[in-house]
Amino acid sequence: MSVSGSESALWRGRSVPSFRETAASNTRGVVPTRDEIAVELAVARARTAVVPALTTYDLRAYYGSTEILHGVNLAFPYRQVTAIIGPSGCGKSTLLRCLNRMHELTPGASVKGRVLLGNQDIYAPDVDPVALRRKIGMVFQRPNPFPTMSIFDNVAAALRWHRVVRRHELADRVEQALRMAALWDEVKDRLHENALGLSGGQQQRLCIARALAIEPEILLMDEPASALDPISTGHIEELIVQLRSRYTVLIVTHNMQQAARISDYTAFMLMGELIEFSPTATLFTNPSDSRTEAYVTGRFG
Amino acid sequence: MKDVSVFTPAGRLLSSGLVSAVYRRRRLMDLLMTGLAGLAVLVAVVPLFSILISVAIRGLSALNLDFFTKMPVPIGETGGGVLNAIVGSGILVGLGTLIGLPIGLLSAIYLAEYGRGRLADTIRLFTEVMSGVPSIVVGIFAYAIVVRPLHHFSALAGGVALGILMIPVVTRTAEEMIRMVPQSLREAGLALGLPRWRVTVSIVLPSAASGIVTGAMLAVARIAGETAPLLFTALNNAFFSTSLLRPIASLPVQIYTYATSPYEELHRIAWGAVFVLVMMVLITNLLTRLAVRSGYEMKR
Amino acid sequence: MAIERADPDPVRSEQPAVVQSLPGPYVRSRRRSRSLGDRIFEGVTTGFGMIILLIVVAMVVALGWEAWPAIRRFGLGFLTGREWNYVDQFGALPYVWGTVYSSFLALAMALPISLGVAIFLAEMAPLPVRTVLSFLVELLAAIPSVVYGLWGMFVLVPLVRQLELWLFLHAHFIPLFSGPPIGFGMLSAATVLAIMIIPTIASVSRDVLLAVPASQREAALALGATRWEAIKVALSNAVPGIIGATLLGLGRALGETMAVTMVIGNIGSISISLFQPAYSMAALIANEFSEATTNLHVAALIEVGLLLLMVTLVLNLFSRLLVRRVAITGAGSHVKG
Repeated sequence: MSVSGSESALWRGRSVPSFRETAASNTRGVVPTRDEIAVELAVARARTAVVPALTTYDLRAYYGSTEILHGVNLAFPYRQVTAIIGPSGCGKSTLLRCLNRMHELTPGASVKGRVLLGNQDIYAPDVDPVALRRKIGMVFQRPNPFPTMSIFDNVAAALRWHRVVRRHELADRVEQALRMAALWDEVKDRLHENALGLSGGQQQRLCIARALAIEPEILLMDEPASALDPISTGHIEELIVQLRSRYTVLIVTHNMQQAARISDYTAFMLMGELIEFSPTATLFTNPSDSRTEAYVTGRFG
Repeated sequence: MKDVSVFTPAGRLLSSGLVSAVYRRRRLMDLLMTGLAGLAVLVAVVPLFSILISVAIRGLSALNLDFFTKMPVPIGETGGGVLNAIVGSGILVGLGTLIGLPIGLLSAIYLAEYGRGRLADTIRLFTEVMSGVPSIVVGIFAYAIVVRPLHHFSALAGGVALGILMIPVVTRTAEEMIRMVPQSLREAGLALGLPRWRVTVSIVLPSAASGIVTGAMLAVARIAGETAPLLFTALNNAFFSTSLLRPIASLPVQIYTYATSPYEELHRIAWGAVFVLVMMVLITNLLTRLAVRSGYEMKR
Repeated sequence: MAIERADPDPVRSEQPAVVQSLPGPYVRSRRRSRSLGDRIFEGVTTGFGMIILLIVVAMVVALGWEAWPAIRRFGLGFLTGREWNYVDQFGALPYVWGTVYSSFLALAMALPISLGVAIFLAEMAPLPVRTVLSFLVELLAAIPSVVYGLWGMFVLVPLVRQLELWLFLHAHFIPLFSGPPIGFGMLSAATVLAIMIIPTIASVSRDVLLAVPASQREAALALGATRWEAIKVALSNAVPGIIGATLLGLGRALGETMAVTMVIGNIGSISISLFQPAYSMAALIANEFSEATTNLHVAALIEVGLLLLMVTLVLNLFSRLLVRRVAITGAGSHVKG
């Protein structure tokens, strides 16, 4: 049945995407459908061949007439964690915000170039940014739970907007998302309390759960642990490593150790340009660019 | 298998042509609410234009040199002006400014330069609360503290009422303007060895002057249009008077009296007087807006 | 789509309500030894600041003092009495009714429009449009009430009369639309009031919305919310402040004098009808005060004023505190480039 045993076991162990629920409730039981097999095949190929999930071509971002990104060409590998590092002001957050079209929301900001999600240009005129952002979730630097909602409602908010699940499934989906964000055990007894009662780290995991609940393909994280204490940071890092099997994760971080610990690939940026993109181990131990070396060895930045 | 796209690295559901009914409904809701908000703006602005247009049409035709230079004529005759009301308004507003401006400005200096802690917060709150007190109540207050002791209506009482009304307006705008002065300017002054009060008087206030002046003009424009507090303080006067201790005419009260009279000719003059008031408000508001903008540029 | 948070909006500064409790620029150096000049200057300015406190307190005391004969004579009956005979009976109920009914009608009309304006200004309009519209809304607030009164009498009332005639002919069986369709009355008064309080509610609500951190909208948008859904999130954050803005508008409507006096008809009556001429507390004071002869009459009028003062004081205090609360909790705003 399975092309890759471990892959499949992982999927059975955590039941999230709805197509698997369909499979589970299928009267044919364990016999996989043709679609299921096709998908698993595709996934397995993706894992071994480094298929890009998101590709940028000559991506340029502007604030007014100032160019902040000077033509970035990058292919973010499918279902891998890619870290984007660089000194502050190098444009790494802007790059991230270009990928789910949040950058253009800032007044005066604009974007040139192409970003492909799979084979679709997300800046094509017929692409609706609202639909896009459902596919590309984002977690921000500071935890920003909705203060007027309970923990449950925070996670359920987007599900309700998108009406992706029926009402009676809502609780299940919220629980799944919270479990995936490793928050369930801590909040299951107080789901209907205000989200602001959580600690900073819990709030951030809540925000991650909120983003995961609508099952995006890609998760963008903008320094998700920079406002947190070391223990919470550890939780978030563990979480990212686990998410890797199911999501393409892009994480901006100023913390090189963090990038080295959790990412498969690392992109190093400097002054709005991509300097180097390599597997993480290579970038940190054997960088091909002298500027990368200078940065990772702490000589500047 | 509707969710297959989740597992293929292709965003097939992105194009708007393929979106679901739910999404179309959400988009429609978005459009609808945007439309409603735009409609609300239209509804809110229509009366403004109606007022401006009717004031321009009816008011402008009533204006001529006589309007500004002649006294009112007896009912039945045409022509005549509102000289006494214009002079009266000038005196009342002058008095009000004399009372309201110093209090407003000095308390603004206190709030902006020293204001912290419970006292300052309370004063700020009271300033805001005071600007919400109905002007007619301020009129009663002026009546109680000026008309009662003097036993007759007077320009002075009207001036006091207007002055009290002016205080919160001046305080709020002036505090804002003083706060806009960059901290670096204050530090420069202190670094030169100036005591703080000299820094405030010689550096901060001149830097904020244009803003404060336009803020004061805004306040003047506001009290110049006040009617209710004058009704039983300055009362009205059919004759020319400049005495502070006697009742005095004023444009807003004249407008009210004329408007509620049954005579066409007086209505015409009321529209003329309204035109004058509205122009004053329009110009001061435009100036204030310009000053605020330059204030922001200064801050950058 | 625009989240316009990063730019300084020239309009906001004119409404210091939201950006209040900043420490003074000199806070850090305050405790150092200071020269005599400094101490005098601070003392003098503080003294002038305290004049403001004094005036508000003095207002309550003076009005209470002047109204005392009426308070002692009628007690609570002043509020429930319907008789106002200028000699020995002063019951303010018809005027209280006129004030409260007209104000709430005005609020019902103004609130949806004001919210629409606030949302449009804070969340939707591009900067140039926002600047122009904000100016227009401010202008609406700055026009003297006697101008609204004149406009109401000669432009609005004839229109309202047309409407009332039509409604009277076609819907007079509904209690709201019974009564004489003459134009001067509750409907005209409420409409003028609504127009006058729209700028108050709209501009304070806009400021409150602008004080909601951009991160709230970003969070919603990043989850694939439409702009309206993101606005709803921002609105839910701003609820206390919007309630405050509404109370502020209510306070303004309750105390408005000239415009109401000129269109409400000035006949004391208690009726649910929109067409019925009525009388408001402020209008009563405006019309009778300078002609009141007996001490009791003056005291009764001042007591009406005292009621207005107390109600608006409480409303304003409450609403300002609510608006401030949003301003303070909304202080974590941040957009990272």
